[in-house]
Amino acid sequence: MLKSFADYIVFTLIGMAPGTHLGEALNFFIYDTLKIFLLLSTIIFVVAIIRTSFPPERTKRILSHEREYVGNVMAALLGIVTPFCSCSAVPLFIGFVESGVPLGVTFSFLISSPMVNEVALIMLWGLFGWKIALIYIGTGLLVAIVAGIVIGRLKMEKYVQDYVWEMQVGSSEITVMTFREKIDYARDYTRELLKKIWPYVVVGVGIGAFIHGYVPQDFLARWAGRDNPFAVPVAVALGVPLYSNAAGVIPIVQALTAKGMAIGTVLAFMMAVTALSLPEAVILSNVLKKPLLATFFGIVAGAIVVVGYLFNAIL
Amino acid sequence: MKIEVLGTGCAKCKTLYENVKKALEESGKSAEVVKVEDIPSIMKYGVMSTPALVIDGQVKFSGKLASVAEIIGML
Repeated sequence: MLKSFADYIVFTLIGMAPGTHLGEALNFFIYDTLKIFLLLSTIIFVVAIIRTSFPPERTKRILSHEREYVGNVMAALLGIVTPFCSCSAVPLFIGFVESGVPLGVTFSFLISSPMVNEVALIMLWGLFGWKIALIYIGTGLLVAIVAGIVIGRLKMEKYVQDYVWEMQVGSSEITVMTFREKIDYARDYTRELLKKIWPYVVVGVGIGAFIHGYVPQDFLARWAGRDNPFAVPVAVALGVPLYSNAAGVIPIVQALTAKGMAIGTVLAFMMAVTALSLPEAVILSNVLKKPLLATFFGIVAGAIVVVGYLFNAIL
Repeated sequence: MKIEVLGTGCAKCKTLYENVKKALEESGKSAEVVKVEDIPSIMKYGVMSTPALVIDGQVKFSGKLASVAEIIGML
């Protein structure tokens, strides 16, 4: 239906000929932005409603009873449904470790929460299909679980800033929302998020459409194809500064895939964009000393590179 | 009445502070409004997601941006 609408606008209303570069690029742009905004507004709303049942205080309480393995798995899963914003990373981290959540389990949460987020998933689903979106969730959770276990095993508690352990944390009640409040919260949340990301989506899809229409087929196969062993690490390194723009980055990456970028490289790149960011590193340096911060980045980046190679080999 | 806006300086925290000011203006009530930005004070309330609103020592909500109308209802 969306496809015929885009066809109608471009080829009938504007009167461009199908098959021309500009016509195809414009058609692609209209179709993709419509599809993505439909998916974004419905799914963000649903996810926001689910999230109202999982305030961080409750997640903390659940995790404070868990140990290694089970705790890491639970933390990674709860990372999906607990609302998280890197601006609250510090109080969240302190709240977790102070209430007895093990350090490794806390990291599983901190890794999964930004990485397995609804915006990245919707964009992947809309542009790459549900299989890639599911693979992204699965491997994202696995990276969070494994990296958390490894960090826990390294016994790096002494590299948490000293004041964290001395902090007095008050107990706050878990506020229970009524159904009406949940709906209101979800509506406001969806509106705010869309307001923030729509320019990135439009620009991203625009650049993607341009690439689709103008860049020659297999243009990238030589550099970003599966035969280049450096493609995955370079993609991860490029992903770090592109923080929080998953909405704008995915359409561009999707277009690059059509021009020969390998899918494992794409997944690794996406994970680096969402999971590793410089602003988050700066925020976390308030609670982590340098060796732990570097270990965290190193292990997560390493795990993501492995994921990239793995999927380049099997897909 | 003492109103505290907890937050480490994010954009939402600033907006919440503005909304509290507007809510006081519109309702005609008076209160001391403070921005609390240091981590130990925020943690004392057990708040893990910012911004949060504390009225007379009681946490009203955390992790969301309340509208002016909502805040008036809490005053």
